[in-house]
Amino acid sequence: MEALNTYREGPDEKGHFGIYGGRYVAETLMPLILELERAYGEAKIDPAFIQELDYYLEHYAGRPSPLYHAKRLSDRFGGAKIYFKRDELNHTGAHKINNCLGQILLARRMNKSRIIAETGAGQHGVAVATVCALFDLDCVIYMGEIDIERQAPNVFRMKLLGAKVVPVSSGSKTLKDAMNEALRDWVANVGNTFYLIGTAAGPHPYPAMVRDFQSVIGDEVREQILKAEGRLADTLVACIGGGSNAIGLFHPFLDDAAVAMIAVEAAGEGIETGKHAASIAAGAPGVLHGNRTYLLQDDDGQIKEAHSISAGLDYPGIGPEHAWLRDTGRVTYVSATDDEALEAFRLCTRLEGIIPALEPAHALAHVMKIAGDLPNDHILVMNLCGRGDKDIPTVAEALGDEL
Amino acid sequence: MAVAAGDRIGERFAALKAEGRAGFITFVTAGDPDFETSLAIVKGLPAAGADLIELGMPFSDPMADGPAIQASSLRALKAGGSLKRTLELVGAFRDGDEATPVVLMGYYNPIYIYGARRFIADALEAGVDGLIVVDLPPEEDEELCLPALEAGLHFIRLATPTTDEKRLPKVLTNTSGFIYFVSITGITGTKSVDSEAVAVAVSRLRQSTDLPIAVGFGIKTPEQAAAIARVADAAVVGSALVNRIAEGAEASGEAKARMVASVLEGARELARGVRGARLDAPAAAGDRRLSSAKGS
Repeated sequence: MEALNTYREGPDEKGHFGIYGGRYVAETLMPLILELERAYGEAKIDPAFIQELDYYLEHYAGRPSPLYHAKRLSDRFGGAKIYFKRDELNHTGAHKINNCLGQILLARRMNKSRIIAETGAGQHGVAVATVCALFDLDCVIYMGEIDIERQAPNVFRMKLLGAKVVPVSSGSKTLKDAMNEALRDWVANVGNTFYLIGTAAGPHPYPAMVRDFQSVIGDEVREQILKAEGRLADTLVACIGGGSNAIGLFHPFLDDAAVAMIAVEAAGEGIETGKHAASIAAGAPGVLHGNRTYLLQDDDGQIKEAHSISAGLDYPGIGPEHAWLRDTGRVTYVSATDDEALEAFRLCTRLEGIIPALEPAHALAHVMKIAGDLPNDHILVMNLCGRGDKDIPTVAEALGDEL
Repeated sequence: MAVAAGDRIGERFAALKAEGRAGFITFVTAGDPDFETSLAIVKGLPAAGADLIELGMPFSDPMADGPAIQASSLRALKAGGSLKRTLELVGAFRDGDEATPVVLMGYYNPIYIYGARRFIADALEAGVDGLIVVDLPPEEDEELCLPALEAGLHFIRLATPTTDEKRLPKVLTNTSGFIYFVSITGITGTKSVDSEAVAVAVSRLRQSTDLPIAVGFGIKTPEQAAAIARVADAAVVGSALVNRIAEGAEASGEAKARMVASVLEGARELARGVRGARLDAPAAAGDRRLSSAKGS
């Protein structure tokens, strides 16, 4: 496909990125979604809103997060110079807080008193519960029963923070079903409720709004890498479930033609086994959860269950802007298996003293595959978007260790 | 309104108007609990009093539905249900019934994957009269709504308690057949309908459209159906019927036949509620009808 002059103008006024995105929701929600679009459109150019958000990002979340040269890993692979964007150092331990602060300030502007959210790994749920505690708002988190089991520490954190965690037992009992249930709650409580979506997906304006709030990651990287190296990175790498950390890192660089970008999907037990969460590698365009995008589905359009050791990537779709970036060829989409992610997890822990979340361990697994073949002056920035404390029980089980 | 030849929905509402009563619309999911049982239920519905049949197109992720219809969708899929089988079921029903309108209700993705134009052609061929696609708002009309209307399929839109004056014209544009007023803010089969609020909403809708107005989402009993039938042109009942399917879904042979009979008995009771509604209070009009309904 021919290169475009810009990749940063989307979505159009109806929320489409090419054929992707849109607003595929029940009529009950339409007035609310239009109202949200209007409110967000006003807020994002309001200096008072921007100032308030910047304040909380700096003093509450701890931004900017460092850009760290992972020297021992770079030496180990013997190729590219690897930097980690340390978003796992944010308050609550992942990039999710960036978006939650933005949306909670918007919810307050819109006078909403009740916040609902879905969560997979629990990182988004913890971030939502955190900002709800901070601003004294009612908080209900929908979480699949299977995820509740494998992310017990995060479930407890949410409860400590005052959130009500509702187990979802329908369908595959994971993130997609939690999102269905959150949508059902929203339809029933439109008057006072704000749905705080955690990834760059859902009906317009969510994909664009979440991207904007996460773009602080890429904006900081630009400044930091210029300071450290005097030039931009050659390659950016991020993991992708719904794709919020990836779009946050990539978006500010989409028009820098020399910067290559790679997003890493979860290949689970292997694409060929059918037990994976790689919507781009093995999915097709379809409509779910308010947007058109790549989905794991059968030939009747029924959504398939996703599989990944990482609860945060265990979703059968991706954000619509990623679907479009894939079709345009601007971003390359690859995948890494559970085993590869576990190996990267261990290596990062031993060599850098950083325990990554299983989600960015997928990104690192791909870095491991390519770094050695790259020249020493090749600068690679990987988004270390979450820390691994929450994954300790999962990893212990996978490695056959007792806690 | 003039009714086009072969327009089963238009003809049915015109006949109801002539009879001076509201219509009774049943919802079941196509293929729940299996193709043959589902077909037996659907074939029995007109004689049980259904004036119009709404058939759910099973989907793995029915976001606007409550537990009863979610479960019915999953049962149908588990038994091999698909969009293709749904159209086959309509075709088999049509073989024995040329008059009862059939409306398919569901979510967009299976249609999108089937191919919108191919789906429209095959639906018409099978004898489908209209479509309700829950997650296709007017903003996305170009994909399915406009080609469906052009081909002669009705495209029935949902109006909801959140559809305000500003939004309503948008909802009514490109809508045909009838308007489906969602009587609650919520998912199917959960809250109970508030018939007085519905009366207000329906009269508000009537100021903006000549289309018949059906009301659904939250009607469970013959009494509730009767209260709605006094103010609207049709009452839709889904979860209450689907629950009867759930009770006998695991059964086999004769027990399954009893379940079919139980579903149809449920439909008969609800139909009696709808048909008797205006007979109970023949001279009453508007609000007075509603207050008499409260005692029933």
